[in-house]
Amino acid sequence: MAFESFSDFINMGGHGLYVWLSYGLGLVVILVSVLLPLKQGSEQRRSLRRRFQREGENR
Amino acid sequence: MAVKWLPRWFYQLASPRWCYQFTGKLVPWFAVIGIALLVVGALWGLIYAPADYQQGNSFRIIYLHVPAAILAQSFYMLMAIAGAIGLIWKMKVADMVAKSIAPLGAWLAVLALISGAIWGKPTWGSWWVWDARLTSMLVLLFLYLGVIALNSAIESESTAAQATAVLALVGVVNIPIIKYSVEWWNTLHQPATFKLTEKPAMPAEMWMPLLVMVIAFYLVFGLALMLRLRNEILQRERRTSWVRELLLGNEQG
Repeated sequence: MAFESFSDFINMGGHGLYVWLSYGLGLVVILVSVLLPLKQGSEQRRSLRRRFQREGENR
Repeated sequence: MAVKWLPRWFYQLASPRWCYQFTGKLVPWFAVIGIALLVVGALWGLIYAPADYQQGNSFRIIYLHVPAAILAQSFYMLMAIAGAIGLIWKMKVADMVAKSIAPLGAWLAVLALISGAIWGKPTWGSWWVWDARLTSMLVLLFLYLGVIALNSAIESESTAAQATAVLALVGVVNIPIIKYSVEWWNTLHQPATFKLTEKPAMPAEMWMPLLVMVIAFYLVFGLALMLRLRNEILQRERRTSWVRELLLGNEQG
């Protein structure tokens, strides 16, 4: 382990702001990249399914 | 165009339906292994890797910055190759791959640029310098944004695919410039950590978490790419019977 205590870890030897800012941004980019297509996909499937069911009833 | 020497999987890949089913099998594996490696790599890099004797703990940004930069460039190459395949063989799936990559590549380029800027401040004393590496990386972001803009500006799917493929292929020139920018010009930017021909200049306890993070980024953004591609396939194939049967027959879809 490179740190003595938890506050040491948060402080990062005075570079805490830089390190945590980067990792925060990284987390946001990863979450957006994965969750956005998941959300769009489930909405798209729901609306397509509704449309197919409507078309099925009209036949 | 049917060419004899191309392997069978190349033609299977060309079928949107086959591609949808194939990626469907890969998605859970990429998700589980990718997220596990991401957690391991991040904790390893943040907690267990030793601080750099010159840069202190700000050096830990490397575990985010380098994978993002590598992926931004790999995805660009993949987008250009997919675009070229779409142009040459009129393969619709290749066009969809190219279109699905662009927003992810843009996000990765943004992450590489901003994490680099944040790293530059304590290390070089400046958020930004107009040197070759940083400028060519900014050009990469603009190329991605150009592809996205072109895709949304052109109504016809096939025309948009052709136009973006040409733009992507022209922009490939930028990739070797990014790679060799730290060798051809004077720069503050440090040279590459991983080279195929040499051992890394940093100790194993520093580069091993980096390697884990690079693999994790490939898996997680590969996952994101497959998710986008699957949405794109369903959207464009929505009038076919297989999509109808898939969505009506199986609630999981």
